Amino acid sequence: MDWELLRTSFWPMLSGGLTGTIPLSLASFALGLALALVVALMRISGQPVLSAIARFYVSVIRGTPLLVQLFVIFYGLPSIGLTINPWPSAIIAFSLNVAGYAAEIVRAAILSVPKGQWEAGHTIGMSRNLTLRRIILPQAARVSVPPLSNTFISLVKDTSLASLILVTELFREAQQIASFSQEFLLLYMEAAAIYWVFCLVLSSGQSALEKRLDRYVAH
Amino acid sequence: MSPTDALLTVTGLQKSFGGNQVLKSIDLDLADGQVTALVGPSGSGKTTVLRCLNGLETPDGGTVAFRDGPSVDFGAKVSRKEALSLRDRSAMVFQTYNLFPHMTVLENIIEGPVRVQKRAHKDAVADAERLLDRVGLADKRNDHPFNLSGGQQQRVGIVRALALQPDLLLFDEPTSALDPELVGEVLTVIKELAEEKWTMVIVTHELAFAREVADEVVFMDGGVVVEHGHPDQVLRTPREERTRRFVQRLLNPF
Repeated sequence: MDWELLRTSFWPMLSGGLTGTIPLSLASFALGLALALVVALMRISGQPVLSAIARFYVSVIRGTPLLVQLFVIFYGLPSIGLTINPWPSAIIAFSLNVAGYAAEIVRAAILSVPKGQWEAGHTIGMSRNLTLRRIILPQAARVSVPPLSNTFISLVKDTSLASLILVTELFREAQQIASFSQEFLLLYMEAAAIYWVFCLVLSSGQSALEKRLDRYVAH
Repeated sequence: MSPTDALLTVTGLQKSFGGNQVLKSIDLDLADGQVTALVGPSGSGKTTVLRCLNGLETPDGGTVAFRDGPSVDFGAKVSRKEALSLRDRSAMVFQTYNLFPHMTVLENIIEGPVRVQKRAHKDAVADAERLLDRVGLADKRNDHPFNLSGGQQQRVGIVRALALQPDLLLFDEPTSALDPELVGEVLTVIKELAEEKWTMVIVTHELAFAREVADEVVFMDGGVVVEHGHPDQVLRTPREERTRRFVQRLLNPF
């Protein structure tokens, strides 16, 4: 095994992870989650038009490959005069994609809060919005942590696709070093290991968050 | 009593769910400080009456009029805002408590006063502490609901309603979800409120309690008021056959 290559390639890859993969994941997840909440609320609004738009959105996002979505935005849109740089393209594609999946999670979580909680909010005089914000969403948040953590972990790995639209992140570093050194197995295994460590850290973060939110819930 | 003297006058209240007419035409007068027990078989519409008074259901017809307003005629076109204005005057205690599990006891109680009524946080807390002390739960203020027994949760539910300083307290089968040994502590609190002359409507199956606490018993069946009057009269010497059968059944279930 080429220890020297392993050592010299580690820092570029890790730095690709820290300056590419992680910020790309965080930004896309935050935007995607905000959009997911909007889509979920449209879906359960009881307004047929809003609900249909939300269903259509979720269907398109979940029914088409992420790589295709990414290519449409980065390579496709320029042909109608809309050129977007790699980073914003990646963030747009990933957050739209996350929103499609997370919307269903958020919707289910909101619906899982008992109807009596809405009524208790209303009966102390709260509007629908205030009840949603103060009573329902905090309880829905607890329920949605495990499935949303899954979505986030998938996203972290999916950001490797951004290497195909020239975003400098962990996997693009790996590819570049690999094509230069021709040590494909070693370098791709190394990249896999770094992704794995990232995800291990996230999983333990998920456990800690669940424990924190569990304080108030009967078992 | 003429309707104008009553705190609340309900006339011709109607409500259907799908094709099922749950309330056919309900009339009720509530005097200040009067305790009204709504009794009747399951499905008779008693809970729906309460929910209409609190704006949790929108009636299809009839009027709900508080003496000092609001007064809403549901026979006419009613805006959502108008319908919900009724809610400002009453507070509801639920069968299943419906406390907010993510908040402490104190936070449950001050949520309405602070977030909705915009009262000063300090005053709301002081009020909440005083009320908690009254129902014997001062030491539970920082607990979360799941740490409390059913009886304790329901007492918090009552305090949460009282903290809104309503004119009318609505109880929807407040002891039906409780283990038998916990019923007493909740009924005791309600009885004390009656002695303090709170105006209350209580949907209940506890006939002995209704007889002791209520000023008026309203017996409903099939979406109408079959009979109403003094508890001793309605529950001991009912005039109507339907009332008699209901009372008999509750007294001798086997």
